[in-house]
Amino acid sequence: MPNGRSSWAGRILALLAKDLRAEYRTRYAVSAVFLFALTTLAAVSFSLGAGGLPAHYLSVLFWVILFFSALSGLAQSFVKEAETKTAVTLKLAASDDVVFFGKWTFNLALMLGLEIVLIPLFLIFLNAQLARWSLFLSVVVLGSLGMVSATTLIAAVIAAAGVRGALFSVLSLPVLLPLLVPLVRVTEICFPGGAQGSGIPELRLLAGYAVVVMAGGWLLFPYVWRE
Amino acid sequence: MWWKYLTGAAMAGVIVAAFMLPAPQIQIGDASRIFFFHVPAALAGFVAFVVAAVYGAVYLKTRNLVADRRAAASAEVGLTFSTIALISGAIFANVTWGVFWNWDPRETTLLAVLLVYAAYFALRQAVGHPSTRARLSAVYILLGGVAAPFLFFVLPRMYVSLHPRDTLVSGGGEFAMTLPVGLTFGAAMVTYVLLYLWLFQLADRAGRIKEELDYQREHVL
Amino acid sequence: MAYVAGQIGLTGGFTLTLDGVSKAYGRRRICLDVSLELKIGDRLAVVGPNGSGKTTFLKLLCGLLRPDHGVIHYTNDGVAEDRLTWYRFVGLVAPDLALYDELTALENLRFLSRVGGWPKADAELRSLLVEVGLEEREHDLVVTFSSGMKQRLKYAAALVKNPPLLLLDEPTANLDEAGVAMFGRMINTYRSRGICVMATNDPKEAELAERQIVMGR
Repeated sequence: MPNGRSSWAGRILALLAKDLRAEYRTRYAVSAVFLFALTTLAAVSFSLGAGGLPAHYLSVLFWVILFFSALSGLAQSFVKEAETKTAVTLKLAASDDVVFFGKWTFNLALMLGLEIVLIPLFLIFLNAQLARWSLFLSVVVLGSLGMVSATTLIAAVIAAAGVRGALFSVLSLPVLLPLLVPLVRVTEICFPGGAQGSGIPELRLLAGYAVVVMAGGWLLFPYVWRE
Repeated sequence: MWWKYLTGAAMAGVIVAAFMLPAPQIQIGDASRIFFFHVPAALAGFVAFVVAAVYGAVYLKTRNLVADRRAAASAEVGLTFSTIALISGAIFANVTWGVFWNWDPRETTLLAVLLVYAAYFALRQAVGHPSTRARLSAVYILLGGVAAPFLFFVLPRMYVSLHPRDTLVSGGGEFAMTLPVGLTFGAAMVTYVLLYLWLFQLADRAGRIKEELDYQREHVL
Repeated sequence: MAYVAGQIGLTGGFTLTLDGVSKAYGRRRICLDVSLELKIGDRLAVVGPNGSGKTTFLKLLCGLLRPDHGVIHYTNDGVAEDRLTWYRFVGLVAPDLALYDELTALENLRFLSRVGGWPKADAELRSLLVEVGLEEREHDLVVTFSSGMKQRLKYAAALVKNPPLLLLDEPTANLDEAGVAMFGRMINTYRSRGICVMATNDPKEAELAERQIVMGR
């Protein structure tokens, strides 16, 4: 439609498509993330995997591997644009909302992609089973939403600061710590032999965190993106 | 100015009362006296956080670098108080329960606040340009402010905690909240906040002097 | 009539106004109390030695930087535009800007038109590439382009939205003779299409504009 204004969703999808296409051709973020995840998983499995591990070990190992793997790739969405000077182009091409949600969606896609690969491998390499699949998947999705919401804004901050990787982890962890604690506790419930509970209060907490941090990120983003 | 003398006198009074009064919690004994120092320090740490976040928001609205200087000053003082609260809490935990750290929600929230402060300064250190530094650190402390306190009010409701129950809310319980204890505690809370204000003023003044010095160094020498 | 991004010809109502604009970068003062008004058809050259703040000035004009004092107005048919929407009115060609290396020329233009919300048919985008002399390379990745070709693509990218305000920082950087001729044509077309502001060291280029601002001591 040459002369109509396309919808908000259409514009966000355009940014997502561009990022996915670029990622497909260069594979920067994906390589970093998967390499980290697989290496860590291999190391953990090698030393601990033989016997069955208690539920709380499995829970914390899962989230540690997932968190740090994701952190190694989630900054890229903004840092690469800043480094290659395409950020200026983007600032003059799209509105702030479109940029924030486009990058958010890309980061979410990256995290979900990682999880789709990591979860089966994790269960295989650590000889683990899940007692409660639907709770586990809900937890993983909500945790990912929260994590992506926080880190998208922080990635924009470090890209604007002109600094690299290490600071990204330093800034992300304090904001994500409140997410990590309930995540580990409720994931423990999903493994056999773990603590008991419905998991509902934790799910509510995770959903609340995701909503609040996404709203906060969205509101604060223009101050980071624009001078 | 007068309130500084008042703060000094009140603090002296609080310290004396804290050690002279019968121990607030009979089972734990003398260790519970930390109640008069640990909780107000944590309060001061949180107040400082809110002030820093507010000044951050003021900066984003007005782009006046004075607001940024004040945000950093408040954060500096807040970091100090939060560290005191965390260490005193850990010592108390060790004396009472034998472990320094429990990961209970209140401890975790205090740790999260402390980590946000530390990260805030790491960010400031990494950015050279004053207006960019002001803008980004304001955004970060506001994000931290959104994530951390959110859990202070939610997490404690969800988990059974070893942390002494909040007697001010539940009224009664294990703490003997007698009038002298209550008065001393109330005085301690107020005094700590006043102390925070005093230190905040000092930090702000130090920041202003440093700016002057930097300016002189660049333009005059 | 008011300008609507992506549509050709409706740019008559656009004005750019500066009112007492000042900016300093640390110790360096870029500009002090600048006031001017630019209407469709105006051409302004920003001249001065290297490091005098020409690029910074251009960034102020497109909203990438804020002035320390004073106000900049984008007025579209009498309606003042909020700074957050300025991007719709500006096309920028500058060394500080780059296009996506891992996309092809056509993919870059397609992306820019869609992400902004003014999606264009490929045929229109192709004609843009023809205008800048890159029609042969539409399916080549930008990473394979020479710097001159990248410069040409920047022009095409800036024009995707048919902006009423065209900002050019070092307009003929890396361009060969044919490229310079393209630039000349562009400037002439902008007489009727919009406002053209160029930052340049080259006196010949500066002559193409009727008005000048001199930066520097």
